[in-house]
Amino acid sequence: MLEFIKNFGDQFDDTDVSTFTPSTNFRELEEWSSLNALAVLNMVGKKYSVILKPDEMKVTNTIQELYDLVASKK
Amino acid sequence: MDLFRLNGKTVLVTGASSGIGRAIAIVCSQQGAKMVITGRNVERLNETLSLLTSDGHMAIVADITNETDLNQLVERVPKLDGFVSNAGIAQPLLLQFTEKENVDSVLNTNAISVIHLTRLLLQNKKLNKGASLVFTSSINGNICAYIGSSIYAASKAMLTGFMKASALELAPKSIRVNCVQPGMIETDLLKNSLIPNEELEKDKLKYPLKRYGKPEEVAYTVVYLLSDATQWMTGSSIVIDGGYTLQ
Repeated sequence: MLEFIKNFGDQFDDTDVSTFTPSTNFRELEEWSSLNALAVLNMVGKKYSVILKPDEMKVTNTIQELYDLVASKK
Repeated sequence: MDLFRLNGKTVLVTGASSGIGRAIAIVCSQQGAKMVITGRNVERLNETLSLLTSDGHMAIVADITNETDLNQLVERVPKLDGFVSNAGIAQPLLLQFTEKENVDSVLNTNAISVIHLTRLLLQNKKLNKGASLVFTSSINGNICAYIGSSIYAASKAMLTGFMKASALELAPKSIRVNCVQPGMIETDLLKNSLIPNEELEKDKLKYPLKRYGKPEEVAYTVVYLLSDATQWMTGSSIVIDGGYTLQ
């Protein structure tokens, strides 16, 4: 999980790293945009070999929920 | 008017198993052409074949990025009056996640294989005098660009450059080479992409005509470029984008 949080946080340039915890609602972050969303999808594909569809990711709000979704697809 | 029809012409279409390529094959056959269609997926290619108007068409399964397939395809095709290059892949991928294999795969499928196929058709004397070559390029890479599409954009710009120089070289043989540059078209390529549906719906509103194009709308322009109505057109690109790049 710690590694996932780091990989997730790497997709942001301006958000402080301490912001990212399992319960962080990433959709409420000021920096969140469709560009970050694509970056997260690409990151999950590359690091975890899981191809997520945008509609699958849409139901997740926190990093923990996204992590669980990725884990369920592995 | 017969000028706008394709009676008596034999036309090769790549990427004919789905999307824009399938629509081009169907519309060309409706306009009287004898079609040679090619694609990777045998089932879907045969489905396209079954959708063509009248008889005498030919389907050749080939992966045009594979050298052996490409050589066999060139060997099997009859002499052509038209060649439409349409095979293409796209997947939104940010540059920071792009690996060499992603670059190779997109450039090979979308552009380099087109260059090789054109070269081999020419070298094997498969292009009749007066033939028309049409490459499906894109507004992306030529007029505008999208996030996550750097390699796709590069591949489509590559096609346009190749089109222009080959148009100049082939003019003495009365062989014409042109591109179509579509905006977003409703195809499975788009449906299966990583772009969320709501983003697509928002993007459609950026088009002055408030929708994406239909595959057959690209096909109508391709037929125009294949037909004798455009005998004095070569080295050109026709934008079909619902007005998107006006703004």
